[in-house]
Amino acid sequence: MDPRNLLEVRNLTMRFGGIVANNDVSFDVAQGSITALIGPNGAGKTTVFNCLTGFYRASEGTIHLAGDQGCAPLEVGGLLSKPLIGGSYLVARAGIARTFQNIRLFREMSVVENLLVAQHNHLDRNLLSGALGLRRYRQAERDGIERAFHWLRVMDLEEDANRLAGELPYGRQRRLEIARAMCTGPRLVCLDEPAAGLNPREKADLAERIQHLRNEHRVTVLLIEHDMSLVMGISEHIVVLDHGEVIAAGDPQEVKNSPAVITAYLGADDDEEGAA
Amino acid sequence: MSTHASPTFIRPLREAGVTFVLALIVFGPISGLVLDGYSIEPHLGRPLLIASIVAAGRLLFGVLEQTPFGQKLLARNARKASGGVTVARGDEYKLLYFVVPLVIAIGVTLPFVANKYWLGNLILALIYVLLGLGLNIVVGLAGLLDLGFVAFYAVGAYFLALGAQYLDIGFWTALVCAPMLAACFGAVLGFPVLRMHGDYLAIVTLGFGEIIRLVLNNWLDFTGGPNGASVPAPTIFGLEFSRIAKQGGTPFHEFFGLEYSSDYKLMFTYLVLLVVVLLMVRFLTKLRQMPMGRAWEALREDEIACRSLGINHVIVKLSAFMMGAMTGGLAGVFFATYQGFVNPTSFNFFESALILAIVVLGGLGSTLGVIIAALVLTLLPEVLREFADYRVLAFGALMVLMMIWRPRGLIRPKRPHFAPEV
Repeated sequence: MDPRNLLEVRNLTMRFGGIVANNDVSFDVAQGSITALIGPNGAGKTTVFNCLTGFYRASEGTIHLAGDQGCAPLEVGGLLSKPLIGGSYLVARAGIARTFQNIRLFREMSVVENLLVAQHNHLDRNLLSGALGLRRYRQAERDGIERAFHWLRVMDLEEDANRLAGELPYGRQRRLEIARAMCTGPRLVCLDEPAAGLNPREKADLAERIQHLRNEHRVTVLLIEHDMSLVMGISEHIVVLDHGEVIAAGDPQEVKNSPAVITAYLGADDDEEGAA
Repeated sequence: MSTHASPTFIRPLREAGVTFVLALIVFGPISGLVLDGYSIEPHLGRPLLIASIVAAGRLLFGVLEQTPFGQKLLARNARKASGGVTVARGDEYKLLYFVVPLVIAIGVTLPFVANKYWLGNLILALIYVLLGLGLNIVVGLAGLLDLGFVAFYAVGAYFLALGAQYLDIGFWTALVCAPMLAACFGAVLGFPVLRMHGDYLAIVTLGFGEIIRLVLNNWLDFTGGPNGASVPAPTIFGLEFSRIAKQGGTPFHEFFGLEYSSDYKLMFTYLVLLVVVLLMVRFLTKLRQMPMGRAWEALREDEIACRSLGINHVIVKLSAFMMGAMTGGLAGVFFATYQGFVNPTSFNFFESALILAIVVLGGLGSTLGVIIAALVLTLLPEVLREFADYRVLAFGALMVLMMIWRPRGLIRPKRPHFAPEV
């Protein structure tokens, strides 16, 4: 595995019965980059995401995540098929966090609680020390609350801390989901259409925040997005999928000029030429 | 909707008329025909009277609805019923410092003023509080529908009965060991079925509850079958509550120089039970703010999101199942001690349904609500002894009314308030 890469996907194929959702997909995500995965509807982007984050077990191929601090690389499929204890939660613990296309917050819990649940593995889970209120437990809880408020400040949600997650406006729910993913302390955060349903001002704001996350908080970002101005504006590397296959990859300029992309994705409409 | 127009009487009158007829149909056969020996005596005045009271009530509501005061009341209730969960402001705990000691003081003094009959009822009520709290963990917090909760109750009760018979254990040993055994049963049941969701889980747990009851009923050599098994009376530091102690021991009343009374045993059971319930309530309120409790609720809200955050959903579900089972087992020990005898008919499906009703009525997830619902549902039937035949009918009516007015239960849980350190 190349030390500059955080994630290496090789020959990923995902079949559902007779339907091939992804065929022989290979791409890299460099350490500290913002990488975008784009493609027309039904191109198989979310399926790739589900494989990366361990919600699907890939039919073929490997997904390697660089090891933390000099450890050996991890294979996502291997985490899933561990006997007895295997499961997608191990992938999250290995350092891949994600958000969802249709927001999945804990709607009847408060905003801070949402963020505390995300820190489950960092808190003191011992029932006894919690019941007796030992110092170790109280300290862990205090740290957890501090961390939650830190991410609320980063995502500009502090005033909503003690509201129910379900009653927040849509744009704020999106931001809260990102904050929650960040609370797990990930190395790679996968955002599934983070700008869907946002107005232009919120989109611009989101682009700034994603860049801020990468620059200030040293997290690698992989995102699926349909909004081309957002994708072209912030990503350094773009992977284009169509019909389950990678048709182009490279920096925004290369992708914009790639004939395959223009025919598959942008080429149908005259206006798109102008935009490119 | 005109708020300030004077109330019209036509619609309320028409509705009152319909209500009158319906009430007549419902109450007619029940109160109008009284069985006297071999003949049926008609008392036609009674249903008419009851129906007119009901109709008058309906009329009153109909008119009140149109006044500004009534509308304000309705709006408030609607907000409460639909709004559901709220987040605490962080300053409403002051009242608790006053209320909680008061409730504890009342709880402790009750056995000294209540007679034997009511003491027994109180013990049963507290047992149901314990059962409600246990099932509340599984259904209310973790969102796993368990229709066979009574199985763990049976495990606890039979552990004491059979343990005393075969292993010569006593009340205190059972109090510690039975919850553990019940938790093991919870784990054994939980592990294979927790991959199921909703209805499927409900069916499997329903089956499990019945299996336990059938085993207890049919394994004659070991459990005594339908004849049941007797349970020894509890002891306190080796002092027995019987009139004359076995094997040269000292009975409780002699040791303290008191007159013998069979009430001491009940009082003792009640007080120990009260302590256990109070500890459990304290533990559960803490648990809701601990990582484990939060993970349960998160799992109820969204399992997929939980997995994406690195929470092992199987372990979390299993822990909820085991904690619930443990509480059920604990309740079983007290039930066996109180009855002095256990047999399988105490652990049928109706018990499971009753416990589930307690949890649903109380408001899924609310500890206070479950306590109130448990007390109401167990003590009310005792107050209304004369109407014992209509108990299940009243029970059903109560459920229907609750679902209309308070679909989310008596008391909606409040989320805790958090503030950053300055």
